Amino acid sequence: MEFPFQWTLLWTDRMIYLLLVLVVGFGFYVSRKEHLLAPWRQIRRRPFAMSALVLLLFYLSIGLMDSVHFRKQLPMTDTSKALQYDPEVLSLLDVLLEGLKNNVEKTYSAPLATHAFNKQMLEGPDGTKQRIYPRLKYGGAHLVNPETDRWPDLLSRVGERAVFGIGIIVLFYIWVMLVLSQKHQIPPKEMTRKMIRGETETAWRAILLTAGLVFIVVGIAGPLSTKYHLFGTDKVGQDVLYLALKGVRTGLVIGTLTTLVMLPFAIFLGISAGYFRGKIDDAIQYLYTTLSSIPGVLLIAAAVLILQVYMDKNADAFASITERADIRLLFLCLILGVTSWIGLCRMLRGETLKLREMEYVQAAKALGVGNQRIMTHYILPNVMHLVLIAVVLDFSGLVLAEAILSYVGVGVDPAMISWGNMINSARLELAREPVVWWSLTAAFIFMFVLVLAANVFSDAVRDAFDPRLRGR
Amino acid sequence: MITYIIRRVLYAIPILVGVNLLTFILFFVVNTPDDMARLHLGMKRVTPEAIEKWKADHGYDIPVAWNASAEGIQKISETIFFKKSVRLFVFDFGFADDGRNIGADIRERMWPSLAIAMPSLIVGLLVNITVAMLIAFFRASYIDTWGIIVAVGMMSISSLFYIIGGQFLLSKMFRLVPISGYDEGINAVKFLVLPVLVALVGGIGSGTRWYRSIFLEEIGKDYVRTARAKGLAELTVLFRHVLRNALVPILTGVVVVIPLLFMGSLVTESFFSIPGLGSYTIDAINSQDFGIVRAMVFLGSVLYIVGLILTDISYTWVDPRVRLR
Repeated sequence: MEFPFQWTLLWTDRMIYLLLVLVVGFGFYVSRKEHLLAPWRQIRRRPFAMSALVLLLFYLSIGLMDSVHFRKQLPMTDTSKALQYDPEVLSLLDVLLEGLKNNVEKTYSAPLATHAFNKQMLEGPDGTKQRIYPRLKYGGAHLVNPETDRWPDLLSRVGERAVFGIGIIVLFYIWVMLVLSQKHQIPPKEMTRKMIRGETETAWRAILLTAGLVFIVVGIAGPLSTKYHLFGTDKVGQDVLYLALKGVRTGLVIGTLTTLVMLPFAIFLGISAGYFRGKIDDAIQYLYTTLSSIPGVLLIAAAVLILQVYMDKNADAFASITERADIRLLFLCLILGVTSWIGLCRMLRGETLKLREMEYVQAAKALGVGNQRIMTHYILPNVMHLVLIAVVLDFSGLVLAEAILSYVGVGVDPAMISWGNMINSARLELAREPVVWWSLTAAFIFMFVLVLAANVFSDAVRDAFDPRLRGR
Repeated sequence: MITYIIRRVLYAIPILVGVNLLTFILFFVVNTPDDMARLHLGMKRVTPEAIEKWKADHGYDIPVAWNASAEGIQKISETIFFKKSVRLFVFDFGFADDGRNIGADIRERMWPSLAIAMPSLIVGLLVNITVAMLIAFFRASYIDTWGIIVAVGMMSISSLFYIIGGQFLLSKMFRLVPISGYDEGINAVKFLVLPVLVALVGGIGSGTRWYRSIFLEEIGKDYVRTARAKGLAELTVLFRHVLRNALVPILTGVVVVIPLLFMGSLVTESFFSIPGLGSYTIDAINSQDFGIVRAMVFLGSVLYIVGLILTDISYTWVDPRVRLR
């Protein structure tokens, strides 16, 4: 059977899939080892951390949906020719948000507006020309009389869905409660009491409340966004909510792939330096001191400038703007990785220096275990907590760094939708009269929630895994 | 002490050589001077003559690393590597694409950068330490919990929003200070208030949390218990004992950035149109002036290494147990 689309695999997609496989594999491995599970159990008890996790998973699902790319088949005019595909690369998220993506107005419009933000010369039905605020093509287009109908319409839509959503959530809560009471052999009444008071082993109250909140917000905003522009439209009339949602993937890619790229270097070099000492240690220390002595932003700027020249020179190598932007994103992850592996490498070196003198390593050596095996089987498992802490701590910083780099002009490709690009193009809007505030607000909210969730979760991970903090 | 410093300075040389080689490879080997010329003259329809002329004007019309046609020592010195990279070692930065002397520009622009970075650092340090001290004093209470929650929340906001928000609130809505710009001498103060304030608010979240964890670590130590057992008041314990001992880890973080203050902040300076080194760099990045970027990379590395040496020296000053040999 022929599908009417062609699956397109971007480079960052591949990396994301690889990362997903690694994470799932790691999770599977951990779930079978009791001693590895203990710190995770500790995290499970913390309500803030679990709320943050729910939010992170929500962002992750948006990002993953935006990482399945394909191109539509063009309508065939000549059956003898080979199949033709649309050059525009779409993602699953684009399909889901088709209404948002295609409801493009002419220019700025305020959130939930029915009329454009700027006056325009229009011809009235009687032939006279007037400067008025024209009706929007999509925002509130279903209203006959927008001035009086807008708020009642909005209220009834929101109210209806809120009641409906709360009903579903309560049913869901009851279902979870029943499942849990079955599993733990606790009577439903007792289970309900425990959950409401937050006395369960896993912080179910926090999880369910956050999930419920996300569900209601999505349930209300989803259908509403096809009728109104919830966050208004930007200069070229694009729906700002759509842009903010597309920015999720860029943020996640920067935050996660950078770590994926840097981890092999940091782990390999850090452990080698600490284990072999001597000349190898000197060489590796020289390498990272040299790299860390270059100010990070400048190294990134220099590398991205060079990449730009290279891309301009080989412009034919990229099939579409999307692919070009994608390669640049991957390269940005690479170069961010080069500047950010040093801290972890230094830490691993120090820890390995300590571990290699421990009795169990000395014993292994005396028994004739090879260097390679000692490093992978004796030292690596005992420094993994450092790696994990570094990974989660770096994430939020990298998401914030993307915005700044895009502002400086050395971030992601200008054609790529990212929060940094949104802020960059919107920063002059505050100087307008009246103020255009919604693009910045949308970028702010989406970024703040992601970074806050990441910060809270990484704190919990650090507390659970850092032996120095244990028991505090 | 003197021998230690001399040794550290000698250690710096191979590192600077490495930085230099790295930037050289990045700028000249990955992309040839021809590519650079084409970039500046526009990609399409550039005549070879125009490229040759651009290269001659900017001193790129010589071999990259080895000049076979020259005589004696000039085989090495008449090359791009020697002229553009080795000369950085004597702080001869050459000329920018618009013909200005980079070294003179840097000397002139470093003062506005310093005028904004120095007060930001000092005010930030004082406020962060004070707030962290307060939170540590009220540890394990509601003030502590909420302090941390607010700090994590403030940490999660991009610095760009602090700048945009600060400019909007203080300059546009309340019209207290000019939105951006810079002036010489004492007139600069009114332009500096907002950037310093923004830097303070933007850094208070992470700063407070970091100092709080340092203080709490010190508070858990035995000498603090001894001090309390002697009957000292909690405030005396905090200020006379904990603060002084906490200075060691605080210094590690602070002294290393002091030399880098000369470099300024890219984002702050460009938002507030301050003619410092940060905006100099950002302009160079945007106009793709590789000479300036290369000079700034080299300068940044030198200052970073100076910062590391200063950190070591400052250790002996706050912690008499440390001896540098």
